[in-house]
Amino acid sequence: MKKKAAEAAVKTPLFDRIFKPRTVTLPNGHTVQRPISRTPFIAVLVVAVILISAKVTGFDFNIIVRRFNQLGYILGRIFHPNWSYFRGIWNEADHANTVKLFNALFDTIKMSIMGSVIGATLALPIAVLSSTNINKNGVVVWFLRIVLMVIRTLPTLIIAKFAALIFGLGTFAGTMAIIVFTFGIVAKMMYESIETIDMGAFEATESFGANKFQAFWSACMPQILPTYLSYCLYSLEMNIRAAAILGYVGAGGLGILINEFIGWRDYESLGAVLLALFVVVFIIENTSQYLRKKLS
Amino acid sequence: MAKTKSLLASDRPLTIEETYNARPRLWWLYTLIVLIVAALLSWSGSSITYKGLATKGMTIAQGIGNGLLHPDTNLLFNLTPEGVPYQLLQTVAIAVLGTLIGGILAIPFSFLACDKIVPKWVAVVFQAIILGIRTIPSLVWALVWIRVTGPNAFCGVVTESVCSIGMICKMYITAIEDIDTRILESLDASGCNGFQKIRYGILPQIIPNFISTVIYRFDINVKDATTLGIVGAGGIGAALIQCMNSSRWSMVGAYLTGMIVLMIFIELFSTKVRSKLARG
Repeated sequence: MKKKAAEAAVKTPLFDRIFKPRTVTLPNGHTVQRPISRTPFIAVLVVAVILISAKVTGFDFNIIVRRFNQLGYILGRIFHPNWSYFRGIWNEADHANTVKLFNALFDTIKMSIMGSVIGATLALPIAVLSSTNINKNGVVVWFLRIVLMVIRTLPTLIIAKFAALIFGLGTFAGTMAIIVFTFGIVAKMMYESIETIDMGAFEATESFGANKFQAFWSACMPQILPTYLSYCLYSLEMNIRAAAILGYVGAGGLGILINEFIGWRDYESLGAVLLALFVVVFIIENTSQYLRKKLS
Repeated sequence: MAKTKSLLASDRPLTIEETYNARPRLWWLYTLIVLIVAALLSWSGSSITYKGLATKGMTIAQGIGNGLLHPDTNLLFNLTPEGVPYQLLQTVAIAVLGTLIGGILAIPFSFLACDKIVPKWVAVVFQAIILGIRTIPSLVWALVWIRVTGPNAFCGVVTESVCSIGMICKMYITAIEDIDTRILESLDASGCNGFQKIRYGILPQIIPNFISTVIYRFDINVKDATTLGIVGAGGIGAALIQCMNSSRWSMVGAYLTGMIVLMIFIELFSTKVRSKLARG
């Protein structure tokens, strides 16, 4: 009897032990316990967090109201892009500008394709090794998961900065940064979906006498391949946008131009760069979403 | 082909060998995918060349390793505004306010961009606006806002609010589209008025989704806020990049350690809350 009471005490959440639930007697004589609502406590907590954050960041809405016209100044210039960066396609005079923009744009696309493919390829074996249903060695699984977690916490720009310091300025550093970033994210998504697959076929294949690799190849690969390809496309989508700003720390691509034009306060040219990026992102996102829909 | 068809059409169950012969053959699809990927790779490889390490590459790599293994503990546990804890607090504060404001701003946008609620052309216009907001990188947004707010943490807050709109809207719209409208009919039948229908028919369906989205975005925003400092919009990034540029690796190690611990903590928290929300 005593043991049962202790078990019940363990199961009641701490909150209900501090604030005792109200006992309500129903018309038919039974009694039920109604826990005290948690909403007010959560609300107080959220308000406190907001107030502290506002204090730390110096939040002041007046500044926005007073100086809002300044926002229109830069945005207005960005929305009047410098067309000479596109006119060079048919007009000889603007050829240099166009070549400059399109080289940077293609560098960005190349960096993200290369980075996505290599990163995602490296991620697959690691994902298999860090899923608990295939790898029974707990130590290896947790070690790999902690490594992946640490990789994922590093912002892309910081990885790119490190890569630029080590490998020198240029597209190679950017590609390295994207490889690391893609690897972390695809490996995590993959081990999560590998853990949900049906292991019956794997066991059946093993019982025929296949070794672990053969069993995985013929029983699990067909199950995870569509998800894997879909994650690869998803990471490509993200990488195009990420690669665009890597140049800001010297890792090649459009970011170099963005940095340059902001330095010169040439916001019309910045607008041209962003317009090019917008078109590319739009095309790649739509293609990839179409392909992903086909895959699922 | 004709042979498999006749086999499938017959009434008797197929033998193992027949089933095996009738398996779907997708080799041409795989070949196509491999060919496309190979073509893209060779095109991409054309301008990415390994030019060897930078002149000081090896020393820098060693410095980074050393710094991460021996972080500057003085800085790590220093409670003044220069210390790691305060910088992290500021980063989180930027993300909290930015996500909250972004989450609220995204509500009208997502209703206006959902073609189940508004006319098609309105939805398309708002979807284009959202895509535009999403395409401008957060660093550029920060530079635009710096003109309004000056280079401080407040700039980071406004930047994060605007940047969050894009992704939050995308997920809000899915949540709105998934609303089960049959519940509204039954509430109608039991005599509820318009307000009650929204309160008991719509809000319970979308609020857990919305909160889950906002918490997920908070996770991303904290990561984003750590880099906004590079352009002077507050947070830990400014100090980190300065230390990296002047090769003070033990300080870099201290900032990175703080950041990694913070990010892991936040990721665990967000995963836990979201799984709780999903299970109800």
